[in-house]
Amino acid sequence: MKLHRPANRHLLVALVLLVLPFIIDSLFGHGWVRIADFALLYIMLALGLNIVVGYAGLLDLGYIAFFAVGAYTYALLGSPQFGLHWPVWVVLPLGALLACIFGVLLGAPTLRLRGDYLAIVTLGFGEIIRIFMNNLNAPVNITNGPQGISMIDPLHVGDFSIGQRHELFGLDISSLHLHYYLFLGFTLLVVLVSRRLENSRIGRAWMAIREDEVAASAMGINTRNVKLLAFAMGATFGGISGGLFAGFQGFVSPESFSLMESIMVLCMVVLGGMGNIGGVVLGGVLLVILPEAFRHGAGPLQQALFGAVVVDPESLRMLLFGLALILVMLWRPAGLWPSAQRRRELAPDETVAQQEQETVYDHSR
Amino acid sequence: MTTVADTLLELRGIGKRFGGLAALSEVSLHIRSGEIYGLIGPNGAGKTTLFNIITGLYQLDEGTFQFAGSSYARCKPHVLAHAGIARTFQNIRLFANMTALENVMVGRHVRTHAGIWGALACNRATRDEERAIEKRAHELLHFVGIQRHSNTLAKNLSYGEQRRLEIARALATEPKLLALDEPAAGMNATETESLKELMKKIRDSGVTVLLIEHDVKLIMGLCDRVAVLDYGKKIAEGVPEEVRSNPAVIAAYLGGEVTEAPRPQAGEGLG
Amino acid sequence: MIVDIFVQQIINGIVQGSVYALVALGYTMVYGILGLINFAHGEVVMVGAMVALTVLQALLAAAVAPLLAILLSLLAAMAVCMALGYGIERVAYRPLRNAPRLAPLITAIGVSIVLQNLAMMIWGREYHAFPLPLDNALHALGGAIITNVQIAIVLVAVAVMALLLLIVHRTRLGRAMRAVAENPAAAMLMGVDINRVISATFMLGSALAAVAGFMVSANYGIVHYYMGFMLGLKAFTAAVLGGIGNLRGAMLGGLLLGLIESLGAGYIGDLSGGFFGSNYQDVFAFMVLIAVLIFRPSGLLGERVAERA
Repeated sequence: MKLHRPANRHLLVALVLLVLPFIIDSLFGHGWVRIADFALLYIMLALGLNIVVGYAGLLDLGYIAFFAVGAYTYALLGSPQFGLHWPVWVVLPLGALLACIFGVLLGAPTLRLRGDYLAIVTLGFGEIIRIFMNNLNAPVNITNGPQGISMIDPLHVGDFSIGQRHELFGLDISSLHLHYYLFLGFTLLVVLVSRRLENSRIGRAWMAIREDEVAASAMGINTRNVKLLAFAMGATFGGISGGLFAGFQGFVSPESFSLMESIMVLCMVVLGGMGNIGGVVLGGVLLVILPEAFRHGAGPLQQALFGAVVVDPESLRMLLFGLALILVMLWRPAGLWPSAQRRRELAPDETVAQQEQETVYDHSR
Repeated sequence: MTTVADTLLELRGIGKRFGGLAALSEVSLHIRSGEIYGLIGPNGAGKTTLFNIITGLYQLDEGTFQFAGSSYARCKPHVLAHAGIARTFQNIRLFANMTALENVMVGRHVRTHAGIWGALACNRATRDEERAIEKRAHELLHFVGIQRHSNTLAKNLSYGEQRRLEIARALATEPKLLALDEPAAGMNATETESLKELMKKIRDSGVTVLLIEHDVKLIMGLCDRVAVLDYGKKIAEGVPEEVRSNPAVIAAYLGGEVTEAPRPQAGEGLG
Repeated sequence: MIVDIFVQQIINGIVQGSVYALVALGYTMVYGILGLINFAHGEVVMVGAMVALTVLQALLAAAVAPLLAILLSLLAAMAVCMALGYGIERVAYRPLRNAPRLAPLITAIGVSIVLQNLAMMIWGREYHAFPLPLDNALHALGGAIITNVQIAIVLVAVAVMALLLLIVHRTRLGRAMRAVAENPAAAMLMGVDINRVISATFMLGSALAAVAGFMVSANYGIVHYYMGFMLGLKAFTAAVLGGIGNLRGAMLGGLLLGLIESLGAGYIGDLSGGFFGSNYQDVFAFMVLIAVLIFRPSGLLGERVAERA
């Protein structure tokens, strides 16, 4: 099998992705499959935010609000909270649609703002949504306030629920594994959609706005509509992953949708490499796995080094995480895996010189 | 004599104020289809303000704005681009981190249709359109003479190439009127000469050209008709020879002193 | 004593607003000069409060005179925060001055996380009582109550802000700061050492943050490692409200935000027929911010339109 043939490479990647949960399970334990599930959810979120920040260049610090809208839609319509148990295939698209509408509603008044102002307004919107979820339990109980909503229906189609283990093809497959495959499917879909958008007329319009809004408008791009489209697409991705999150967790509370979560998702996008799908995926994987690895490693490591747990592993984990953010940005300001364009941007002169050299050699031969 | 039919752009009584300052007052001009029309004037005469009104970046306060038979007063830039007015910028505004080819492809936006659903479905119509966009973009890069840089990031092009790329990008919108804001600024004599050829080529392809320029010599040798602005007013309009010998123009350029017969070289020092 | 709720909310708003204003000044100075949101600024306030707490406790235990102890702990907090501000700029911002715009935002978030967790390691997760060795007497004012601490907060805030304006408008350093904010390249050509000016700006802002940290701790009587986050967010809101980059704007914005919040929290219940309670207080800050930005994007006193982005 020749690996450089794209078809073969894709086949290999698909194979790895298929057996990955079993490998993780046997190497690291069942808990890590759960972490892999979360990583997929976050990758979806990060890819959604990448449309807004990476492609259209609109800095959104309240992105988690759309995740929340999707999650609460699922939770309210599929739990004992109101005694509603709508089918998943209704609730999930509905959450995505609502998130999309919210995206447009929140986007519309902010589009005249630029850069950091947009960031702070979106941050404000995000906080407002969280505060409402926290407090809409009185006088009429809608969201159940800080306690959140529990006993949410698992993701299911008809009677087939992936909230429990199943016997499939003679294999005993656990709920976490099933979620992995479901989320993998959705993630691949989101990757595909991102790629198609990136190389489309709309995608070029987004990037043109990111580069120079005045020039984009002079080229006939209706900047308001195209930006709204970016907000709407990003929000839709957020809404879908929010619904999946609610079904997976079986529990949602406002705590899961704090500003810190928005920042986490933004870090995935920027750290991985804005505008580059591969980079964003990498960023998502790293930022889910690293803190977990610190959590599992910090305590035992201290035991081994000092014979006792000197500092609280939880704060050590976050401390190291913060340091990692700083160091990676200092070392690679354009992200770990920047898009091809941004990579060239980092070393413009070299590339051009090299290209020119190559042409010279071609002529001399 | 002009007839209504071959007037492409007609401005009447244009006025524009910034705060208390009148940048333009009572400016009227008309540009005919198929000509190269020059707009000159000393610094601060209001050339760029007028230019920005024509391309929708500023909204006019007074006057009428007819283009190709319809009124376009107070329209946004993208509406005017759609109507057929494309522009370049004095201080080049390319999409710096996109390739030359992509820059021109963005210019095709306004003449193509694929929306979000087309992009997602990636159906036949969308793919055909994409291919057509790319093909046209290559042709335009060829037309302005920078096809070998199609995959270079715009910001890595040389200054002259960037100017050409801006023109190609503007042409991609299929304009009826191409408005160029000091395209020769910062160019040497050879580059200016080849730019002149390019502009003639553009006119001959059927696109009307509006040119703002400091370089009076370039304007005189290239334009079919010229208008001169000074202190926000139009002080002269006509064929280059006529304008060149207009006393008001000489006064404006030489600071009030009407000297002996103007020489073509007089413009060189103003560049 | 029957308390006039309206007057009481005004007093509370002014006190809270003074704190916001001091913190907002730190954001606005850095933004004015670097065009950057110093996301870690809220944590500097927290560190100031923590250092003041530790020093104050130690001095009081050593039976130092209360007033002197307060002064010394305040100075200690300012010194530590200035060093911290200097360090943050050197480590997290200076190397990235020409990097893509989002890179320094991420390092700022990193610094914020690091500071929070360092504080948690040093001072623990629990709430600390902030000792106040002075008699915190109550005074009647227009039918409401004001405490000694609250009076002191307002007075100190006014004094500190006056001092800052004096520095910015009357000293060489201030002139250099204004020049760099206006046009860094030109300032550099005129012989201004930009790096020194930027460092000085961070240190000044951090000193103000330390004062604010002391004040907010004295006012509420508690200190916590997480206190900087929301405070920083609100103060940034205040800076934007007033017109970011504008010193007087930050002061005005802080005061207004304090008033809006406290009046809003006091009356929202009545206004909404009991549907919304005072727990929606935080919503006000953001609602106001959004409204201002939509109708007056440059803030109340901002002259520069948001072109710097």
